This record gives sequence, C-alpha cells and structure tokens, in this order.
Amino acid sequence: MPGRLFLTKLARGLLTVWLIVTLTFVALNLSGDPIEALVGDQAPAEVIAHYREKFGLDRPLWQQYVSYVSGIAQGDFGLSLSDQRPAIELIAAALPRTLRLGLTAFVLGLLLGVGLGIVAALNRNRAIDRFVMSFAVLGFSLPNFFLGILLILLFSLHWRLLPSSGDQTIWHLILPAVTLGTHFAGTFARFTRSAMLEVLSKQYVVAARAKGVPRPRRVLWHALPNAAIPIITIIGLKLGDLVAGSIIVETVFAVPGVGRLLVNAVTSRDFALVQAILIMTSITMVLANLAVDAIYALIDPRMRAARSES
Amino acid sequence: MSAAPEPLLRVSALRRHFGGGRSFLRTQRTIRAVEDVSLTLRIGETLGLVGESGCGKSTTGRMIVGLERPSGGEILFKGRDLTGLTPKDWQRQRRDIQMIFQNPQSALDPRLSIGRQIREPLDLHGIGERGGRDAEVLRLMQAVALAPEMADRFPHQISGGQAQRVVIARALAMKPSLIVCDEPVSALDVSVQATVTELLQELQERFDIAYLFISHDLRVVKKLSHRIAVMYLGQIVEEGPTDPVYRRPLHPYTMALLAAIPDLSASRATRPVRLAGDPPSPANPPAGCHFHTRCPYARPRCSAEMPALRPLGEGHSVRCHFAGELGVAS
Repeated sequence: MPGRLFLTKLARGLLTVWLIVTLTFVALNLSGDPIEALVGDQAPAEVIAHYREKFGLDRPLWQQYVSYVSGIAQGDFGLSLSDQRPAIELIAAALPRTLRLGLTAFVLGLLLGVGLGIVAALNRNRAIDRFVMSFAVLGFSLPNFFLGILLILLFSLHWRLLPSSGDQTIWHLILPAVTLGTHFAGTFARFTRSAMLEVLSKQYVVAARAKGVPRPRRVLWHALPNAAIPIITIIGLKLGDLVAGSIIVETVFAVPGVGRLLVNAVTSRDFALVQAILIMTSITMVLANLAVDAIYALIDPRMRAARSES
Repeated sequence: MSAAPEPLLRVSALRRHFGGGRSFLRTQRTIRAVEDVSLTLRIGETLGLVGESGCGKSTTGRMIVGLERPSGGEILFKGRDLTGLTPKDWQRQRRDIQMIFQNPQSALDPRLSIGRQIREPLDLHGIGERGGRDAEVLRLMQAVALAPEMADRFPHQISGGQAQRVVIARALAMKPSLIVCDEPVSALDVSVQATVTELLQELQERFDIAYLFISHDLRVVKKLSHRIAVMYLGQIVEEGPTDPVYRRPLHPYTMALLAAIPDLSASRATRPVRLAGDPPSPANPPAGCHFHTRCPYARPRCSAEMPALRPLGEGHSVRCHFAGELGVAS
C-alpha cells in the first residue's frame, strides 16, 4: 500500500520533530538562566521571581517540558521573552521576507545550476565545461558573507547600482538572492554534471541514439529525468543550507527576516523565540524531505514498486 | 547462388583509430581498434563475427549502426555509402539498421513502461497511424512471445530474457533489414540463451532480417550463423561458410579458438592448439602477421611480412601465409 509507507515516513518525521523539540529544550535550559539575561543580575529578587512566575519558569523542569510540548502541539510556542508577544507572531511577521529571499535564491540556483550542469556534461572536457566547473567551484566555496560583502562593495559602493541593505523594493532582493543563489548554483551544477555524465553513458541512452531519437529528446526525455534522482536528493539536503545561508545573508544585508530574528533571539537569550524558530525550521525540513520522497515516487518507477511491495 | 546480387551490406577496408591526437605536453598513442575490415552480408543472412574481447568486433558493429565514426573505409548499405551521412540523414537511416545490446536491462530506460519503450520508435519515425500504434505494440510483443499484460511493467520488474525480448521488439518496430546483435545472449542464463537465439532465428525467417551477430561464444555463433568471420587485433583472419570453418579451420587462431571449446568434436581433426598469454595491445600491434607472437607455427616470414586475406575456395578466406599446410592430420 502506498499510503502505509507514506504514514511510516510521516511518523518518522513527527519523531524527528519531537526529538528536536526535546533537544532544544534541554540545550537552552543548560545554556543559562534567561531571566537573568532579561532583567540583569542586579535586579531585586522579587522582580526575578515575578518574571519566573510569568513565564512559568518557577515550576519543576518536567512540568515546563510537558506544558511546552502540549503547547507546541496546539500551535502555541509561548511568549517571546524580550518582546512579550507570542513567538509565533514575530516569526509570522518575519517569514514572508525570508521566504521571498530563500525561494528566489533557490529557484535562481536551481535553474542556473541544473542548466549549467547539463551544458557542462554535454561538452565534457571542453573549454565550456572547464569554465562552468570553475564557476561552480568558486560558487560553492566562497563563503556567503564574503561574497555578500564583495557584491556590496562592487554594486552598492563602487558602481552605486543596487541598494546594500533593507528590503523595501524588488531591487533590494537582487544582491542577497544572488549571494545565496550562487552557492546553490555551484552545488547543483556539479551534481547535475556528474549525474548527467553517468546517465549519458548508460546503454539506454546509446540505444536511444541507435533507434534514431534526436539529441534534444535524448537529453531532456531519456537522460535528465533519470539524472534527476540524485539531483533531487541534493535539493532535499540543500534546503538545510538555505536556512543556514539565510541567517548569514540576512545579517549581511540587514534583511529583517527569520534568520536575523534568530540571531537576535540567541544573543538576547530569548528562550521561547529560539525554540520556536528551531522547531519551525525542523518542521519545514521534515516536510521538505517528505516532498522529496513524493517526487522520487513520481519520477522513478522503481520507487513506486518499492512502495507497492511494502 | 552463383548469380550473386548486390549484397545488403558491403563493408570494405573499414578502419577505426582512437587517439593519436597531440595535446599539450603529450602525444597520444594511436589505438588501431579496427584495421582493414571487409565483409558482406546478404538479405536474410547471418554473419557471425567472433574474436576475443578487445579485437574490435564491437567497434565494427557500432560503426555499421552509426554510433561510431569510421576513420576510413566504406560501408555500403543497399548501395548507399553510410560513412558520409550527416547526423540528420542518419536519423532516417536508423530505421533500417537496428542494434541489440549485450545487457538488455541497461538498454531500457528505467523510467518507461515496456509498452512505451516499444512504442517510442513508432512515434519517432511516424510509423503507422497514431491510433493503431497500441495495437502494433501488442503485435510486436506477440512476435517476441511477451504476454500483453507485460506492457504496463517496468524494466526492473522483468527478467533478463524478457528484457532482451523487449529490446528485440523495439528493434523490430522499425522493420529493419539489418540488425547488429552485439553479444545479445552472453549476459543471459544458458537456458534463456537458447530461447532467445531460437526467437532470433524465427524472426529472421519471418521478416527476412540479416544479422551481424557479434559474439565471443563460438557455440552460439555456430547455431545461428550462415557464415563466420574471425577477428584478431582489428583484422579479419578467417572468413567463410560456418560449416567448413568449424570442420576445417585454416587459420591457427581459429584452430585455437575452436580447440578451446570443451566437447566440440569438430576440433579433433586439428592438433590441439593452446593460446598463451593475452593478445598484444592494439596500440602497438606486432609487425608482420599480428598473430605471430602467439602462433605455435610461426616462422621467420610471419614476423616480417603481413599476410593478406586470400581466398582458398568455397568462399573460405584466410589471412595466413601457410594456410592449408598447418596441423591438418589428414
């Protein structure tokens, strides 16, 4: 039954989320007293006691844990310590900017990377291939903060073409999206190239040539869908980098997104907010991996068969 | 027989060299994969092309189907030279010359169902009415003894023998007059080999297809072939009708190959010849007769002078200076 395997994967995903909820809880409790960070160590004892009670930190640890987990299950991530607003609200306010940046960068990287990877594979060991691969290595080895600053220097300070920070207009999106997208393009180009080279040497592609299949159809219809399987695996894995990358890129370009929210929350020891962001991120990752599994089944009949047999 | 019409395929002096280019800091060695191969194939006939791996038999086959560009020579197919065709002309030409591969499972796109694999060439070349193509797929499947319900299966769900039937059906779809079979059964179990070779024979009789049957398995070749060509290091060393070649091989290499087949009584007439070592590298073939380094009968002349392929009657040709004088205990 295809449904059963999907349920197994879903259950595994829920388990992952629960583990992350628990680990976050443990890690943040080990990292120090949030109230102290909030009110300072000179604060009178009754003020500290007041805040402890307000955030439920006076209760035994296991009670805090139980109420926290049950809260999350109902969509309640608690109040931000520094802002006093529900953590989920702060995230919701910052999320659109992050999504816009992340998706733009991702789509840019995917189109550019897969396209260049195919071109490189079809021109194996020729000048175009070498050039594309140099770009790819450069793309994924330049750290995001370095490339970001480089782009700011060139496009904002030197040529004064594009804004260097903020997110008011579409122009503000270009530099951060290119910074983040270059990294993905480099990775995807490399993986697409090697996946395509492997598939292009397969006998069914040679066979397609022998039966008179024109080259564009050979590449796009026989080779690419079969090469897509490893590429999609990489896409699933790289979604994690998207989160990590956006933290850095949002900081460099002063985009008030979730990444920056997280950095601020960590420095101000905003317990609830950090937890909430980490958990939302992990849920996103789990969902993304479920989606990757679904796409596998869509393009690879072998996966479908594995499903129908289990 | 004597009034021989123009054969379906006439290959003459075909050559394929790899490498030899000069790139930065190094000069590549030229590998003479195929060196002066000539052969003919009539309509509905099977020519067995045998030899050790690396002797150039697959390269020869690949050149005939246009997967490899010859470095020299001529391939006349139905009177038309294929070596000068543009890629576009090849696209059309391919209908008439098809290929069957050694490893059938990997010759099928893992993503497409069996039915769609067989249908693709029909769609590509616009064969038959669009609406009638599904029926044609079923007819082809029936011709290769595949059950109609297999059409919805995927390559990983079928056996190697079934996969080879799919590959054969896909080749048949274009109604070719020549099929190059590159080791079509060597990846299959022995029991399956027999049914596939029988199928190939049956299809040949029904559709008048000529086969160039490339194999290192002399027993399979014997069963299928009307004529045999033996290759060694890019050259044909012996060629002739199957029976005489197997009964009375004239080239020492053929003798050795036949002697190496366990339990084949035909080779008893000749003194057992055993080949030592590996064939020399085609990048650096021995001077004179390429075979002299491994030949038990080699004489001084063999290392000095390259023998020509010369006819010895009954359509039997041999590339050996001393053919007919060797090892035959009459």
